[in-house]
Amino acid sequence: MTRKLVGVNRRGFFKIAGVTALGLAGRPALPLLAQEPIWAEPLTAKRWAMLVDIKACMHKGGCRDCVAACHRVHNVPDFGNPKDDVKWIWKEHYGEALPDQKYEYMPGELEQRDVLVFCNHCDNPPCTRVCPTQATWKREDGVVMMDWHRCIGCRYCIAACPYGSRSFNWRDPRPHIGEITPEFPTRTRGVVEKCNFCEERLAKGLPPACVEACRDRGLLFGDLEDPNSEVRRILRVRHAIRRKPALGTQPQVYYLV
Amino acid sequence: MYDAGKIIPGLLIFLGLVTFPIWYGLAKGQDARPPTIEKPKNADRCIEDTDFMRKEHMQVIMDWRDEVVREMKRVYVASDGRRFNKSLTSGCLGCHADKSASCDRCHDYLSVRPYCWECHVVPEGDQ
Repeated sequence: MTRKLVGVNRRGFFKIAGVTALGLAGRPALPLLAQEPIWAEPLTAKRWAMLVDIKACMHKGGCRDCVAACHRVHNVPDFGNPKDDVKWIWKEHYGEALPDQKYEYMPGELEQRDVLVFCNHCDNPPCTRVCPTQATWKREDGVVMMDWHRCIGCRYCIAACPYGSRSFNWRDPRPHIGEITPEFPTRTRGVVEKCNFCEERLAKGLPPACVEACRDRGLLFGDLEDPNSEVRRILRVRHAIRRKPALGTQPQVYYLV
Repeated sequence: MYDAGKIIPGLLIFLGLVTFPIWYGLAKGQDARPPTIEKPKNADRCIEDTDFMRKEHMQVIMDWRDEVVREMKRVYVASDGRRFNKSLTSGCLGCHADKSASCDRCHDYLSVRPYCWECHVVPEGDQ
């Protein structure tokens, strides 16, 4: 009698209970499954850093592949005038890039050649300290970021950076950009800009544009806090120097010599 | 009433001046009704419901801006659980493809001038 009271037998009850339990367990996953993936897994690290192999880079003196790639993806303008130059990544004479490392009787080829320079994404960045609007700050993974929405163009950061890594848009940059890449914003007049370690590409799981563009493996990008990373492996066996280390900014771009 | 001969015409002139924009618009044959917004063809609903988007889209965009740039949070989870890429140019304009019909028409009507597009690039084929 009791069996018929609820209209299901014991066996049927367990069946329904099982299916219901499965359904409940599976439910939170459903909205996620229904969506298409937004993009590939981002590249993450505890401390991003870059290695520049000076020898590999200098091998071809006139090579500008990395510069061209960076300036293309980031809509960097070319004003054709050194006073207005906007620089993300560029080449500097050895003695100017690494003034502490210059001496009279050094190999001629080194002294004559240019060294690739860009924002050092310092561990102790002086530029972020002076920003009155917190438009620039150091992210947890070490990237020295800029929020162009918030930059008021006071240029304190330009004065604070000992590497000249920051540039100011004295004029509207739009008419001076060759071909605009629509995925990345341009900047506007009165805003400071600099290398961002391609944070927008890292978010899509891509390496920095300069690293990807270099055909001579002159640039290596990786996590300094991961002892098994390629950058750490190389730093263990090759001597590296950094720009103006005595200033205490702890630059995170290492030049392999 | 004292000085009714001055006050009443004065009030009439005042009312005429205050409502001048309305007369002027009507005389010029401008349509004073709010513009309609073209709905995207590739989606049946926005990230949130229409009423919310109408009132809050500016705040949503500003929140997205700060979260993407400053907090590395690039995925928006809507109240119904759907997930979206927080992006103006590929997110909003991914569906609302025609910027002039989706943004400008209403902003012009209300005389609002957001400066998003001074830096952000309007995707191809749409100015």
